[in-house]
Amino acid sequence: MTGPLIGKRWMPLVRSLANRPGFKSGLAAAAFLLSFVIPAAGLLDQYVQLILMYIGINIILTVSLNLINGYMGEFSVGHAGFMAVGAYTASVISVRLFPAPWGPWLFPVAVAAGGLAAAVTGLLVAFPSFKTRGDYLAIVTLAFGMIVKSAIENIDALGGPRGFLGMERLTTLPWVFFWTALSILAIRNLVYSRFGRGILSIREDEIAAELSTVDTRRVKMLAFVVSSFFAGVAGALFAHLLQFINPRVFDIIKSTDILIMVYLGGIGSLGGSIIGAVVYTVLLELLRPLGVWRMVLMPLVLVLLMIYRPKGIMGLREFSWFVPGTDLNAGRRWHKKKGTVYGPP
Amino acid sequence: MSYLLQQVLNALQLGSIYALIALGYTMVYGILTMINFAHGDLFMVGAFLCFLSVVFLKLPFVPTLLASMVGTALLGVTIERLAYKPLRQAPRVSAIITALGVGLFLENFTLALSPYPKHIPSFVPDISWMLGDVSISLLQIVVIACSLVLMVLLDLMVRRTMTGMAMRAISWDKTTAPLMGVPVDLIISMTFAIGTGLGGVAGVLYGLAYPVIDPYMGIMVGWKAFISAVVGGIGNIRGAMIGGYILGAVEILVVAFLPSTYRDFVAFGLLLVLLVFRPHGILGKPTVQKV
Amino acid sequence: MKRAGLVWCICVLVALGAAGCGEKAPSTIRVGVIAELTGDMPAVGESCKKAAQLAVKEMNDTGGVQVGDTRYKVELFIEDNAGKADQSASAAQKLITQQKVLAIIGPNATRYAIPASEIAEGSKVLLITPWSTNPKTTVDARTGAPKKYVFRACFTDPFQGRVLARFAMDGLKARKAAVLYDVASDYNKGIAEFFKATFEQNGGKVVAFETYTTNDRDFSAQLTKIKKAEPDVVFLPNYYSEVPLQIQQARRLAIKAPFLGSDSWGSRELITLCGNDCEGCYFSTHYAPDAAAPAARRFIQAFKTAYGGMPDDVAALTYDSFGLFRQAVSEAGTIDRQAVRDALAKIEKYEGVTGDMQFREGSSDPVKSAVVLRIKDGSFVYFANAHP
Repeated sequence: MTGPLIGKRWMPLVRSLANRPGFKSGLAAAAFLLSFVIPAAGLLDQYVQLILMYIGINIILTVSLNLINGYMGEFSVGHAGFMAVGAYTASVISVRLFPAPWGPWLFPVAVAAGGLAAAVTGLLVAFPSFKTRGDYLAIVTLAFGMIVKSAIENIDALGGPRGFLGMERLTTLPWVFFWTALSILAIRNLVYSRFGRGILSIREDEIAAELSTVDTRRVKMLAFVVSSFFAGVAGALFAHLLQFINPRVFDIIKSTDILIMVYLGGIGSLGGSIIGAVVYTVLLELLRPLGVWRMVLMPLVLVLLMIYRPKGIMGLREFSWFVPGTDLNAGRRWHKKKGTVYGPP
Repeated sequence: MSYLLQQVLNALQLGSIYALIALGYTMVYGILTMINFAHGDLFMVGAFLCFLSVVFLKLPFVPTLLASMVGTALLGVTIERLAYKPLRQAPRVSAIITALGVGLFLENFTLALSPYPKHIPSFVPDISWMLGDVSISLLQIVVIACSLVLMVLLDLMVRRTMTGMAMRAISWDKTTAPLMGVPVDLIISMTFAIGTGLGGVAGVLYGLAYPVIDPYMGIMVGWKAFISAVVGGIGNIRGAMIGGYILGAVEILVVAFLPSTYRDFVAFGLLLVLLVFRPHGILGKPTVQKV
Repeated sequence: MKRAGLVWCICVLVALGAAGCGEKAPSTIRVGVIAELTGDMPAVGESCKKAAQLAVKEMNDTGGVQVGDTRYKVELFIEDNAGKADQSASAAQKLITQQKVLAIIGPNATRYAIPASEIAEGSKVLLITPWSTNPKTTVDARTGAPKKYVFRACFTDPFQGRVLARFAMDGLKARKAAVLYDVASDYNKGIAEFFKATFEQNGGKVVAFETYTTNDRDFSAQLTKIKKAEPDVVFLPNYYSEVPLQIQQARRLAIKAPFLGSDSWGSRELITLCGNDCEGCYFSTHYAPDAAAPAARRFIQAFKTAYGGMPDDVAALTYDSFGLFRQAVSEAGTIDRQAVRDALAKIEKYEGVTGDMQFREGSSDPVKSAVVLRIKDGSFVYFANAHP
């Protein structure tokens, strides 16, 4: 995967090491440990830590939207609405419900509650998706996002446009890592499961899927619920990082940002979503010195990338790490039979 | 009663503008099955071109209209050639993201050049008449009349001319049309030109009615026009017109009779309900999917 | 191959970024500015940036700021928050950790100021927001106590709402008021509500309380409703880019009542955008350009010479924020973040462009007055003073 010189010498070594059982879990555990060490020992400065947390949250958002837009082939444009529901629910719980000193311990409860609330709203959006497809579903999700924003603006108990304050900075690097890893794991397991096959088959041909005994309604509901759950989780983490949220944060521009990250990285690819989120977040920060022209350059880069790599950075390919063993081996066997090299379509 | 009439007039004005922009969306969608999300920003460019021609070139109404229309059309065709043409064979979503990117680029580029909102001095005399309690202004009449005339012309063009026939042929069957001698690239460029040109005209009329313009004005208007196009049945020109007026009416009348804070909430809610009962929009035809 | 190369490039760049700037003894005073250069209010960001650059240039032209025995030059770092709360926070963090600034001026809008202020408060760095009038910006929401490191240069919404309501009743003799405000914007909604509360407390009646959403251009429906209610005055606490449209549409509907506004009207652009329709309207703001103190007149002249246009209230307040900072640094006698903050909190009198300011211990909000201006013959004319 890396440059030719390094590739020939080290890659077989790395690959054999990487394919040892337990390597991936070991790596994940080490990274988790690192996420504790970094803030405690101050290995990276606060700014970089903040950006890492932004990246984590964006990864969760991208991966969850990819489930609907990439794997299921729909066009959902209201993801920020789910994020808003999760953010506000978690914030209200942690500010109004939980007694102050217990805050850090009850944080995962608040985040999970935010995710659940968002999942319930995801269910609501799933219903119209049974009958509407394609661009009409885009309208439904778009309208949903706007309705959520408008609703929050009118509820004074939530602060309305003035926003909601009072959250402690409970989001830390370890928590972000935990939830990011959980979201990737959950969605990856979902995609390679029986339901996941259903999701993919809906993308390819919904009617044929229906005829092949795939319960498309159930599959769609599950996909929306899982996707919105994690969007809500991301919202909750976001709220407790900025310590201030208002409806404007979750507007159409936010949904557009998430869309861009998904399609930038490559739809239908978990690795792609991660790359898309990382590239977008980092590039945005790196280009700060450009001042006003930063926001002129970013979309230009995006357009050029789309023209020259229309399927996104990763396209439909997937890192072999994410693909479970059976699928990987099946793929390899198939290609061996055909005499081609293993590499996804 | 006069209160209602006044609000109906307001709705007609707003609806006309939404309808003109929705037409651009629907034309491009009909022919390319692509949602040109940069359309709202092209509308914004039209408004800025109007500003330039009124303030710097000091042109009166009709030349300004033409200048904006032509300028926006040229920009639209350029974008189509540079950004959308290479993606005709790519998955639909890539084209959509490219469109979003182009839109963002237009917004921020205009912003970098001119961050302050601009005022367009009125280039149509500011006269209004009172019919009982209802006030009608020349402005409103111009906006509504221009829009209606253009929509009728467009409808005639699509239904009665060869070019229109070619457009309908391509949207009906993209692969067979070129076999019948239809110059696909040319017709697509023309569709873009007309669609974005109409968006440019909408920009001028908008600048006439609401003379303060800024680089971000196209975002919300663009999304609302997109919704209008879909509500009317995307791909259907008459549907886009109807959709635009419906959205304008819903927005204005919701404010007229309910607390205005609920406007977006109710308007989008109603649209959702409409889509639940007619999932393909008002004039849309349910597409039969062959298995 | 190319893909991997891209990933490597990003990693390398991140590592470089993480390395940060090297540590060395400061020979300059570093100030950070967070402005809304792109996003939904570029005009505000642009004014802020211009005023900041002017202030720093003036400081450096006189050799720098006197701190104890040394004169330090001022280095300015401007960051864009792109109209996003998370970008505001990351800009603040970057200025604090990477550029190691002594203080931060900005952001201007409350919704961007609050996230940045949380970062500043957490890192114990002084932050002065020029324009955020929402009381919540300088208050710690968890404890209700004022924040220690976050200050503002302007007055607050409750104060302004009260001033305007009393002006409407006493100055304009209005008994019935109508309000049209942006429901999606905290500033507009806040002042509208404070106005309504004071107006009704003093015996008036708010006959119409209409709303619209940001970026709306068509107010005909709401204005028709307002017309029906027949108010004595129409209150429009909205931004100077929206107000001209509102007034024009109102006039077209033959609404005869006078219009009243708040400090968001305070840009010269208002006259350009509004033309004749705004004649005879009133609004409250921070300073009166014609009855201005010498400091204000100097500033207006300098701004005009440097940039060719008149400064708006954002520019004036940004300039004053820098003035406050400079005075604090001089009085502190050292370039230490804590010392500068303490000095600012104790400032007895600062004579600024936007009036005299005083900070009292226990509050991060300055004690200052507002002025009511009238639009006459196409310019802003002083009408009355309003003291706290």
